[in-house]
Order: sequence, then C-alpha cells, then structure tokens
Amino acid sequence: MKPFLLFATLLFLLVFSCRQPEKQLPILSKGKEVNGQTVYEQIPDFAFVGQDSNLVTNATFAGKAYVADFFFTSCPTICPIMTRNMLEIYKHFQDSTNLLLLSHTIDPRRDTVGRLRQYARNLGVRSDKWFFVTGNKDEIYDIADDYFNVVIEDPTLPTGFDHSGRFVLVDPQRHIRAYCQGTDSTAVKKFMEDIETLLHEI
Amino acid sequence: MRSKAILIPSLLIILLLSCESKPYRQGEALYQHYCANCHMDDGSGLAGNIPPLARSDYLAQNQEHIACIIRYGQEGEITVNGRVYQNPMAGIPELTEFEITNIINFINQAWGNDNGYLPLSEVRKSLEDCK
Repeated sequence: MKPFLLFATLLFLLVFSCRQPEKQLPILSKGKEVNGQTVYEQIPDFAFVGQDSNLVTNATFAGKAYVADFFFTSCPTICPIMTRNMLEIYKHFQDSTNLLLLSHTIDPRRDTVGRLRQYARNLGVRSDKWFFVTGNKDEIYDIADDYFNVVIEDPTLPTGFDHSGRFVLVDPQRHIRAYCQGTDSTAVKKFMEDIETLLHEI
Repeated sequence: MRSKAILIPSLLIILLLSCESKPYRQGEALYQHYCANCHMDDGSGLAGNIPPLARSDYLAQNQEHIACIIRYGQEGEITVNGRVYQNPMAGIPELTEFEITNIINFINQAWGNDNGYLPLSEVRKSLEDCK
C-alpha cells in the first residue's frame, strides 16, 4: 500500500511540475518610447480587392490573427513553394475561426480579380478564410514593407520582380508577432507552433 | 584459382555499388535547378495550378512532346490525371538537347514513375519537329 501511495504522489508531482507557464510571443513590430511606455507600430489601414471582388480591409481581420504574404500567380521562382506551405497552414488551421490568411499579389497588372479567383479555386480553398487580394500597386509595395517584406520591380530579372517570401503573423492589435521564410518547410512548421501560441491568447 | 577468388567478389562488390548509385545524376541536378520550384521536389506540382509529374498520365502518354515543352514552354489547357490546368509554363531555351534528355530520363523513373528510357535520338527528333 505504502509504495503505491508514494508512487502516486510522485507521479502527481511530476505531472504538475511539467506544466509550464503559458508561452507568449513577443511583439516584433517597431516600438518607440512614449511617456515611458513602449508604443508599437501597427499595420496601417489598407483597402484591397479580394478574389470575390469584395473589399478587404483591416475590418475583415478585426478580432482575428492572420498570416500575410506577397506573391504572384505566374511566378516561377519561390512562390509555388510558398503557396504550398501556405496551403499547409490553411489545412492545419482550417477549423480555427480566429486565423485567416491574406496573400497580396505584387503583379496587379496581370493578376486580376478573375485570375486570383481561379488560382484560389484551383487550390480548393474557402474565400472567407484565405483572401487573395489585388489593388493599387504602390499601396501593395508600401504595405509589404510594413509586413517585413521587400518587393522590388527589377526588369533585369526574367520574372520582372524580386521579393522576399516571408510569412508574417499579425495579431488582432495589428502587431507582428512572428515571421518565417515561406520557402523553408522546417521554418514554416515552427511558425505554425507560433500561430498556435498566439491563438491561445485570443 | 586465386585470382578468380578475388575477381568474383570484386565484381560482385562493384555490381552492388553501381546498383546503389542513383541514375541520371545530371538530370536530377538540372531538375532541382530548373523545375523543382514549380513542380516540387517530389514531383507533386501545386494543387490545381501546376500539374504533377509524379505518376502523371500526361507525361506517360506524351513522351514525344516533353522535350518541346521543356525548351519552348506550354500554353493553353492540358489535362493531367483528370484535372485541367491552364497556367502557362515558360520554356527553358538555354538547355541543350543532352540536358533535356537527362531531365526527361530522370523524371521518367523518379517518384514511382516507370516511363522507360527516352534516347537522345528521340529527343532530337521531337525538338526538330516542334522547332
């Protein structure tokens, strides 16, 4: 009887000691000191057009977290792998109502709403979960910077564009909480854990 | 007698080692460089937007067209494994006919494909026809 009691107590202690305090993601957005408090930059206001010809703005993501990236449908370099990895994220969080996905085209001239709709349909994804947006080119290129992404038109490249393929995780307060290289499957797996962590907060 | 005792095991070892090395090394390297971004490392393509090469019926049934697609690209609809794809593919004009042959023969036996061997002469003929 006695060894049993001891064993049970030990097991009990072990289980509870393993429970760690809940992990929180840091805020990665640029911060500045205002009156002794750190104020973090937010993703600015935006208004783009989604694949259902619908207006997609900050309000679309109110109270939710979302993953943003930049791509174009005819991109033969990094984008297909990025899209495949975004699709993994989509599938993994398909039933999490608090996570949305937002892909911006950096080639609005060719990526019309119709083309984006076709692309999304081909992937078989829901248009109220994963938004493919187009809009004013300068506005897209500007906001890429806010999402820690670099987009440059480079006519010397065969594809005409140079861009970084980062996935960025934004929280409901419009702060960036995590990012990863969208072409690196290992990094994307770690990123999905970060998404889980953030979703616990919401 | 003694030399035979050495010769046979040596031959066996050489045979074993040669079986283990992967065929179409150049084809594989070129595939990684030119094709894998879109068609993926495992030949699976991208859901609905880029057709698969792994276990692709189109690949198996259109061997005479593959060299032309690699060199000159592909426009318009094609149906692969029952699914219609319409995104264009850019050609890769800088590849030589030898390199194209190596890529095709790598693809033909990769990821469970079993499309046999396509000799250089066939590739040459295809490229001549679609010039």
